[in-house]
Parts: sequence; C-alpha cells; structure tokens
Amino acid sequence: MFGKGARLPFLDPLAPCHLREKPDWPDDQDRRASLDCRAMTVKTDAIGKEWPATTYEVGKEKIGEYATVIGLDNPVYFDREAAKAAGYRDVVAPPMFAVVYSSPAVGPAMFDPDVGMNFAAMVHGGQEFEWGEPACSGDEITTTAKCLDISEKDGKGFYIFETNAVNQNGDQVARGTWTLIVRGV
Amino acid sequence: MADLNPGDAIAELKVTPDKYLPHRYAGASGDFNPIHIDPEFAKAVGLPNSILHGLYMMGLVARSATDLAGGDPKALKRLSVQFRGMGAPETEIVVSGTVKSTDGGTVVIDTVAAQGENQTIRNAEAEIQL
Repeated sequence: MFGKGARLPFLDPLAPCHLREKPDWPDDQDRRASLDCRAMTVKTDAIGKEWPATTYEVGKEKIGEYATVIGLDNPVYFDREAAKAAGYRDVVAPPMFAVVYSSPAVGPAMFDPDVGMNFAAMVHGGQEFEWGEPACSGDEITTTAKCLDISEKDGKGFYIFETNAVNQNGDQVARGTWTLIVRGV
Repeated sequence: MADLNPGDAIAELKVTPDKYLPHRYAGASGDFNPIHIDPEFAKAVGLPNSILHGLYMMGLVARSATDLAGGDPKALKRLSVQFRGMGAPETEIVVSGTVKSTDGGTVVIDTVAAQGENQTIRNAEAEIQL
C-alpha cells in the first residue's frame, strides 16, 4: 500500500518499531534546541500542508478480488447487470476499497521530511472513512492528502492526515482520516 | 429489516482467516509488508508469527456493518476504528456490536473485533443508512 512498489512495514498497526531503519532527523539541531527548552519535540511545521494528487482507475476484477478476500458475496461486487439492477453505474467497490485507491496519496505525505515522522516507532492507531458517491468500475479516482494535525501527548506523537478522494465527475467518493502514532518522541 | 433500537446486539460475524489469507489480502490491497506474509521475517523482528493486516480486520467490521443493511455497500456512510491488538491467521475473528443510536433511517453501531480475549479493533463506530 502507499504507492506502487512501496514497501512500508511501518504502515501496519502493530509493526514492530525496529522494522525500519531509524531515519536521521532532518533538523537535529532544531530538535535538540526544542528539547532544551522543554517544548514539544514533534515538528508541527507540516500542519496544513497538502501533497500532489494521485489517481487510481477502478477495475472490475480488482473489486471482485478485494470482495472475495473479505468474504463479500453480494453480486453487485462481481456482476455488471446485478450492480446496475441495484442502481449502481457499474460493478461497485466495497466501502473499504477506499484503502486501495486512497493509500497511494498518503505515502508521500508520510515520507515528507517536513513531517519528520520517526517511522521506526510508528503504529497505525486509527482509521476513519466517510463515503459519498460509490466508487464503481471504470471510475478514475483522484486523491489528495493533507496534514490535519501533529501533536504530542504522554510522550507520543499523533500525526493525523486526511485524504479526499473524488471521481471523474468531481463527486466526493471517500474522505479518510489516518491517525498514525509515534511512540517515544 | 428488523427494527433496531439502542442497546440491541447486532448479529455476530465470525470468520477464521486461513493460513494464506494475508497473501490474498496483500494481493488485493497492494500491501505486501513482509510481516504479514513471511513468518520467518515476522519472527526475526520479534513477532510470534506473521500477523493479519489491520485494514483487513477493518474490512470485516465494514462487512458486518453493511450486513445490517442487507449487504448493500452504499448503506455504510462512515466507519471509524481504533487498532488495538495484533491479529493472527488461523484463529477465529468475532465481530460483535450493539446499536448506539437511531435517528430516522440512520443507525450508529459500536463494534469490536476480537480473537478470544484479544480485542484487535475497538471503538469501531459505523453509521449506516437503512
């Protein structure tokens, strides 16, 4: 997830901290300075930053593959006529397929040095989606990512990103909120 | 569709992912993190074995929510979860929950996904339009 060919072990909710090389802090001097004055040790410069959009074309067989793995058997996920009979434009994606088309937009945000996230100590703490227009086979979905908030509490850094996915007609398909927690900041 | 009232339990969803489920989820989702598909790698980084994708379990929570609407995907308007524990293949997952509130055709349910005592997903709140 998070882009073609990307391997991001930290993405898993419970990936152990030592899975990834600890990245160098891009601003070690600043960080030490902030430690000295006992201010927050997380960088907050990236709050509000947005990243370039990614696009994903939804495919019928990819929907079926995902639905099968989750154990969904409603024909609207597999059969064009059944989907149309149920009022969809084409074979429809299960709601959580939002992960498949949205996650490529999140990768660059997480890797951004302005965010300065310590991947080695990161876990996926929470996830939210709100759905609008259903995503159907043939849709071209464009997703943008934005950093909503970076904060620190009890020695943990909370990084909250938002993804906004719209289809080729400009209809909002899914809005995602990704909460990533870095321990020991 | 049965009438749903606050406090009502929703039908439990029970799924036992087989040994190769994480491989198929990796292919379907594009998340090939080796901790899910390579037991040797997982053990080398201190895990007991390869673990389930958290977002797979969230997919089951979403399935449980849409089941309440007869399986119609567009009924699910919002789903918010917290990942709280590691999931293991070849172990039964039980998704259970209760109705939190109802307002016209909108039902909010509070859901948990667990393997035995291990609650892998907690505070999962789903809003369904019936």
